[in-house]
Amino acid sequence: MTIDTPPITAATQRRGTSTPATRVIGILTISMTIWLGVFGLVLSPADRDQGDAVRIMYVHVPSVWLAYLAFIVTALASGVHLFGRRHSLQADRVAGASAEIGVVFMAVTLVTGMLWGRITWGVYWQWDARLTTTALLFISYVGYLAVRGLEGTREQRARRSAIVGLFAVLEVPLVHWSVKLWRSLHQEATVLGTDLDVSLDGLMLFSLFVGVVAFTLLFVWLLLHRSRMLTMLDLSAESGLESALAQRRAEGGASA
Amino acid sequence: MTNAGFILGSYALTFGSIVIFAWRTVKVGKRLSADLSDEDKPWL
Amino acid sequence: MSSSGRIQVARVVLSKDLRIERRSKVLTSQIIPFAVVTLVLFAFALDGDAILQRTAPGLVWIAMLFSSMIIVQRNFAVETSDGALDALRVAGADMSAVFWGKWLALVIQLLVLEVVLLIGAFVMYGIEFRGPGVVLLVTSSISATCGLSAVSTIYAGLASGVRGRESLLPLLVMPVASPVLIGATRAAEAAFGTGGTVVSEGWPWLGVLSVFAVVFSFGGSLAFGPLIDD
Repeated sequence: MTIDTPPITAATQRRGTSTPATRVIGILTISMTIWLGVFGLVLSPADRDQGDAVRIMYVHVPSVWLAYLAFIVTALASGVHLFGRRHSLQADRVAGASAEIGVVFMAVTLVTGMLWGRITWGVYWQWDARLTTTALLFISYVGYLAVRGLEGTREQRARRSAIVGLFAVLEVPLVHWSVKLWRSLHQEATVLGTDLDVSLDGLMLFSLFVGVVAFTLLFVWLLLHRSRMLTMLDLSAESGLESALAQRRAEGGASA
Repeated sequence: MTNAGFILGSYALTFGSIVIFAWRTVKVGKRLSADLSDEDKPWL
Repeated sequence: MSSSGRIQVARVVLSKDLRIERRSKVLTSQIIPFAVVTLVLFAFALDGDAILQRTAPGLVWIAMLFSSMIIVQRNFAVETSDGALDALRVAGADMSAVFWGKWLALVIQLLVLEVVLLIGAFVMYGIEFRGPGVVLLVTSSISATCGLSAVSTIYAGLASGVRGRESLLPLLVMPVASPVLIGATRAAEAAFGTGGTVVSEGWPWLGVLSVFAVVFSFGGSLAFGPLIDD
């Protein structure tokens, strides 16, 4: 079987979505993450009120920071797609890649937050404005990804998901405001005592800083790889290579 | 360390998710990359 | 298109939707019975007069939310099955006017449903209408309905004519509509005096509901064109 395939060099095949820049960012991310582990688990002291539970914060806060950063990037890229003169599909792919990253880290944030809550409050969940908004935002972005998975052309996908991405941002202040107002009428919200805000000093603040830097680098690395991957996914679906690939693999499997 | 299970669990979950997600992204990227020509990869 | 032309389009869409409803009688023969049976099922699940009276506002609004999903699915299934939306677009109709027409048609249908549900809650759950609470109940219900209708119309328009939309629509609408559920329920509680609340506690919720309705109605009218136009 002879397919007219373009020439592929062994080097680019092996390289995939990585470039020298992503490799540098990757190495920086790994070293910062190791530092985060050392500072968070070993060097930083236990908190006066929270005890060792504060150590969860060093991964929890950077995760939530990364997730919100990812959703902001999704909204910006959606805006660029929708209002830009070229209606760039690349912007749409960046939005999609960023939302996928955001959903993963939002899930991590919710679970680590619950573990922290179990230690500090004695319960996994409180109907606090911040928690509730975060949970609803998570579900909204799961919906956003579902919209991206709908049938249709790539232009349709881009426009639909850009609008959903922008509405999701509109939703955040409204949800937060309504939940806050709701909980302010119920005094038990503050009965459990410890608030999410803790006064951090010295080494604790530095550990948190290391975490935020590490996760920001991680976000850049993931976004570059993931948006490149989505670009190739679109192109390979376009040229029908996906089916050819599956066919070839099936043949390979049969002969092996 | 008190509550070591919860704390180490949080770290394991966070870093485990990162590793799995990153690994999958890179792996799919490599698979797709093998079937596309270099003109389709504007980052190269 | 002139503004009178837009109003004309909105009015045509509105009267068409209501006419379809009047002839098919889906609201009266299917959706209202569904909503009422939901109220009955809540009574089975929550067994107990005191609990039912305490939770009545929430149960009414949950039933509203679920029923509204069915109504809006249907409103758009009618449009897409014979390409009516495409025809409107090709004919050069202003899409934001179409949005307002469909929005108002849904508001009217939801308000009818709401009256039935409130009567049901009055009969079955023992809620009480109090003099000053009625004003709050009516205004908050109308604002909540406007907001809910806007969100449903936007997302139903987005998912119209796509496979798998039936399961996708609730996933998209529910998180966004949660301020409506919170606000409408709290306002209704204040109106009924549930759990010792007083009417004045309900007014801030009217604010939340109104802001929500305004933001999503105007946002929807802007977004509707690009959503359908592909």
